[in-house]
Amino acid sequence: MINITLNGDSHKIQKGQSLFDLLQDLKLDPGKVAVERNLEIVPKSTYQDIEIDDGDRLEIVHFIGGGKTI
Amino acid sequence: MILNDDQLDRYARHIILKQVGGAGQKKLLGARVLVIGAGGLGSPLILYLAAAGVGTIGVIDDDIVDLSNLQRQIIHTTDQVGQLKTDSAKEMIKRINPDVNIIRFTERFSKGNAEDIVRDYDILADGCDNFDTRFLVNDVCLKLKIPFVSAALSQFDGQISTFKGYLTGAPCYRCFIPQHPGNVGNCAEAGILGAVAGVLGSLQAVEILKELLDLGDSLAGRLLLYDGLSAVTRTIKLPKDPECPICKEITLVQKNNLGAKK
Repeated sequence: MINITLNGDSHKIQKGQSLFDLLQDLKLDPGKVAVERNLEIVPKSTYQDIEIDDGDRLEIVHFIGGGKTI
Repeated sequence: MILNDDQLDRYARHIILKQVGGAGQKKLLGARVLVIGAGGLGSPLILYLAAAGVGTIGVIDDDIVDLSNLQRQIIHTTDQVGQLKTDSAKEMIKRINPDVNIIRFTERFSKGNAEDIVRDYDILADGCDNFDTRFLVNDVCLKLKIPFVSAALSQFDGQISTFKGYLTGAPCYRCFIPQHPGNVGNCAEAGILGAVAGVLGSLQAVEILKELLDLGDSLAGRLLLYDGLSAVTRTIKLPKDPECPICKEITLVQKNNLGAKK
């Protein structure tokens, strides 16, 4: 297990998890949020490749900008 | 251009700033800014740009002033309910600063008119209420290599960044939001504390003026997050997505050209 900070709170998660895995665990739709990792937005195309490190500080940033669907 | 006596008085607090000065003020008077939406964000934004003496302000909005807008859309007034927002905005701008030339576009910003409208401006301010328009602003600005400052609101918080995706290393809007996120709530459905629109619209005005005057650190490549309830503001890095389907090719071409020059 590793320790991370998620939205300001401490969490323990399995070692080796990707950002994509974490969003799945949190039941968050990657199409509606960005993930901030250590004060930097993570490019969406890299979610599967990025392994969460011990001590990472993650914040979920919800997309805003209008509610109308296509 | 020579500043007349009235202008020297009106803009005295700008001119006294050594980072602005008379030269900066003349630059603002010669500048052209296009504002998408005269709503919650556009209202304070347009008011500050007009007061600052931005010479030409284009305003796009096809909507009519509604009583429920007035809680946050402070460029419109009670006696203007039922008028076009572009007309109402023009009236207020003229009252604030007759130096400003306002160009009204009372139409939807669409693929059909976007390029023709945008190409005449130095910079865009996106304060619209839907993602389709934001994506279109991004596409057109990328193509024409025009920067835009984009802000968004939600209930008690907001986000703002500047996009120059045509530059190597600078993200475009799609590097942040690649696809339409679907329904994420809007002001009518979710509500909004009106003054939060004032915070973000005013930040947008500051960033536009900074870009026009080439002052300080641009928000390009950074995202400012404002959380009104906790009264916390954070600015984080917003990198280019190396696989962004929209701006990847544009900057690849640039990189190749740079390589050829060496």
